[in-house]
Amino acid sequence: MIPSSVAQSLEDIVGKENLLMEKEDRLTYSYDAAVLDPQMPAAAVMPGSSEELGQVVRLCAEHKIPITVRGSGTNLSGGTIPEAKGLVLLTNRLNKIIEINEKDMYAVVQPGVITSKLAAAVEAKGLFYPPDPGSQAVSTIGGNVAENAGGLRGLKYGVTKDYVMGVSFYDATGKHVKGGSRTVKCATGYNLAGLMVGSEGTLGIIDEITLRLIPAPQSRRSMVAIYDTVDQATETVAAIIAAKILPATLEIMDNFTIRAVESYSNIGLNTDAAAMLLIEVDGHPAVVEDEGKQVEAICREQGACEIQIAETDAERDAIWAARRSALSALAKLKPTLVLEDATVPRSQIPNMVRALGRIADKYKLDIGTFGHAGDGNLHPTILTDRRNEAEWHKVEEAIEEIFDAALELGGTLSGEHGTGLAKAPFLEKEAGWSSILFCRELRKAMDPDQILNPGKITGVGNGQ
Amino acid sequence: MGNNMNSLVQQVRELEDMVINCSRCGMCQSVCPLFEQTGREADVSRGKLSLLTGLMEKVFTDPDGVDERLNRCLLCGSCASNCPSGVNVLEIFIRARAILVDYKGLPAAKKVIFRSLLSKPGTFDALLSVANKFQGLFAKADKNHQGTSCARFISPLLDDRHFKLLAPVPLHNQLSTLAEKSAHLPTTAPRVLFYTGCLVDKIFPSIGHAVVKALTHHGARVVIPKGQGCCGIPALASGDRDTFDTLVDHHLELMRTQKFDVMITACATCTSTIKKLWPALSPQEGSKAAALKDLAAKTMDINQYLVDHLAPELKDAQSEAGGERVTYHDPCHLKKSLGVASQPRALVKAAGKDLVEMAGSDKCCGMGGSFNLYHYDLSSAIGGLKQESIHATGCTTLSAGCPACMMQISDMLAKAGSSIKVKHPVELYADRLG
Repeated sequence: MIPSSVAQSLEDIVGKENLLMEKEDRLTYSYDAAVLDPQMPAAAVMPGSSEELGQVVRLCAEHKIPITVRGSGTNLSGGTIPEAKGLVLLTNRLNKIIEINEKDMYAVVQPGVITSKLAAAVEAKGLFYPPDPGSQAVSTIGGNVAENAGGLRGLKYGVTKDYVMGVSFYDATGKHVKGGSRTVKCATGYNLAGLMVGSEGTLGIIDEITLRLIPAPQSRRSMVAIYDTVDQATETVAAIIAAKILPATLEIMDNFTIRAVESYSNIGLNTDAAAMLLIEVDGHPAVVEDEGKQVEAICREQGACEIQIAETDAERDAIWAARRSALSALAKLKPTLVLEDATVPRSQIPNMVRALGRIADKYKLDIGTFGHAGDGNLHPTILTDRRNEAEWHKVEEAIEEIFDAALELGGTLSGEHGTGLAKAPFLEKEAGWSSILFCRELRKAMDPDQILNPGKITGVGNGQ
Repeated sequence: MGNNMNSLVQQVRELEDMVINCSRCGMCQSVCPLFEQTGREADVSRGKLSLLTGLMEKVFTDPDGVDERLNRCLLCGSCASNCPSGVNVLEIFIRARAILVDYKGLPAAKKVIFRSLLSKPGTFDALLSVANKFQGLFAKADKNHQGTSCARFISPLLDDRHFKLLAPVPLHNQLSTLAEKSAHLPTTAPRVLFYTGCLVDKIFPSIGHAVVKALTHHGARVVIPKGQGCCGIPALASGDRDTFDTLVDHHLELMRTQKFDVMITACATCTSTIKKLWPALSPQEGSKAAALKDLAAKTMDINQYLVDHLAPELKDAQSEAGGERVTYHDPCHLKKSLGVASQPRALVKAAGKDLVEMAGSDKCCGMGGSFNLYHYDLSSAIGGLKQESIHATGCTTLSAGCPACMMQISDMLAKAGSSIKVKHPVELYADRLG
């Protein structure tokens, strides 16, 4: 528990209504969207300004109280599950878009700004902020930066790290640190902004982020291609990239997912299809016209049995509504859904899809696979009921085998969900022990009392 | 932990199969009108569902804190209609509230109101007819465009509300006159039973007159049985299953004696309660279950019945350029619960109006029944956003297919000193019929 004198100081900083200490409230900050055991924190605080945030960090540093920062708690790797004796620091009152600069094409935001709200505000000025994680309607920019979140547009536009120009943050002692700048180029000092991206609140607590914006594409074309075999679909992905075309989105859904989406929304999908690709090219109208035709031809060459091209905005929306409903449709089938994001070099997509099929058969599990085939980031989605212990054990084994398959193909455990608690025990497999040791030493130097989101990424350890 | 608490835990565990479907994805945060105001996880469904799980796992020694948080909810259903996992949030919360009332007992004031008055439609009507004569003592007309009143003296209950007074003559005292209106129609005409609901009967009888006029105009015979009462939602939302059951039984018995093809209401909340909650919270097998299923299938919102069934030509109605500018608010219990959104708009257009959309037309108005009574500050903050969206359209009339939303929006507009009037779509349409 937090000593009452510290609780009083917290109350003095943020105000009574922004300090939550009752057990009921604490319980509601004990989990995130990952399928992991909850852990109730000692308190939750909602600072309303950067100054208040800094004071809270300094108070925690003084009393060695662990801090777990939480945006909207949509984390899929347990990065926002707190420590029992720690504090949950909520960013949702730090939700101001400080500046959208059209001339220099950047935005400055507080960490609690909702991703889709920023994207809409930027779009209203004719600019574009591409990262669009599936949770963008609720996720925060701070959370996106801390997890290096991705989305559907990774292939052409990259992920969050490609848009972070600068950050300012409080270090573990509460000192204010600035990294990066508002310029396209910046070669001074360490790349602190880069260090903070994906750091999951373990190196500092961000209070301001400067994001790169780009011009909005003038035109786009969406299409759906349907296949009799998964191999044909995945070979199409490889062929499109081999033809030096970068679609803005290149998504795949397998038969299991197609059937789930169709039974959920009755939109007339071909439930016999082994796989479908959902593709969008964007850019200058002439380029879109040209690339659209090339992609269509490649789909046919690779054996697509049916191709639908969206002629109107409504048809385009229907295509992407089908893709966006994939997770919902799968979620309705069973009580527990485990969404993985093991990622491989994109040329290995056909092999990864085959490996997933093999794992589903071996463990007799329902696994729906959809995802960002174009950037090698698939979402094998395991459907189960966590209360069924025997099956849950099989799920855990299957997850580990998925990780192994991805690593064997030269990939990574996580394309966009982060390490958190869920993948920390497996990180050694990917990075090797000395890399983990390096990270632990880095952390120890910056945070000797281990108050910044302990246990995440590098696991529990004392540096050796 | 006492035996009582153990039995409470057992009862809450009966909800486990529904609660377990929440995957904690947090998407409910994007649509919850209360969370938008407070930013607190306990105010959004994911937090409330985790609190119920906490009760099941005996995390708490008493349920008071959970009970208090469960009641901070508008029951608007925005989260349920947006839930990727399809969690039946409303049913879970309503059942949980009932379990907690079983454990804690109903507060004395609610006991008197629900068990002695609401559950006995005749007594309720008689008492309100007396109250009607005295309401001038504590309320004074505001002489505004919404026709609301405010408190004559400082009152903790009335606060600074602008409320609608009880109508001088409730609808149930005008039934014989209303019944005559469609008496001339042939016996082969569709027979439509009009379930009036409390607010249309007692506060907005003008909506009832408009309903009868529109139905008659389109050749339906209107049946309005005497002795109708409340649909039970206020009791149910407060966890009072007994009063709810009494009211459901009362109406089942009343409707059993009537001959009708369709039952309509002009209240989004009544329709959604009858169609969804009456069957869901009653026995699932036996003759009562069958009767409720049958009644639910026959029950329809008035906008939907007029536009989809009785007069399909209304579907093609176009906004009238140069007509009065009207904006439409989607009641949660119509759009999110029943999927009725295009039909009331068609009626507004058919009324010769220039329909303009407001930003976030399907955002909750903040009424939420008793939520408004117990959390007036939050209710007003949510309603204030609605008021701003309405004003931004430059309309002169706001239309909504639910009298409860109409009360809340009238309060918000009156407080803002607005000249915008508040009308049900059927009222606008009936006016056009001359």
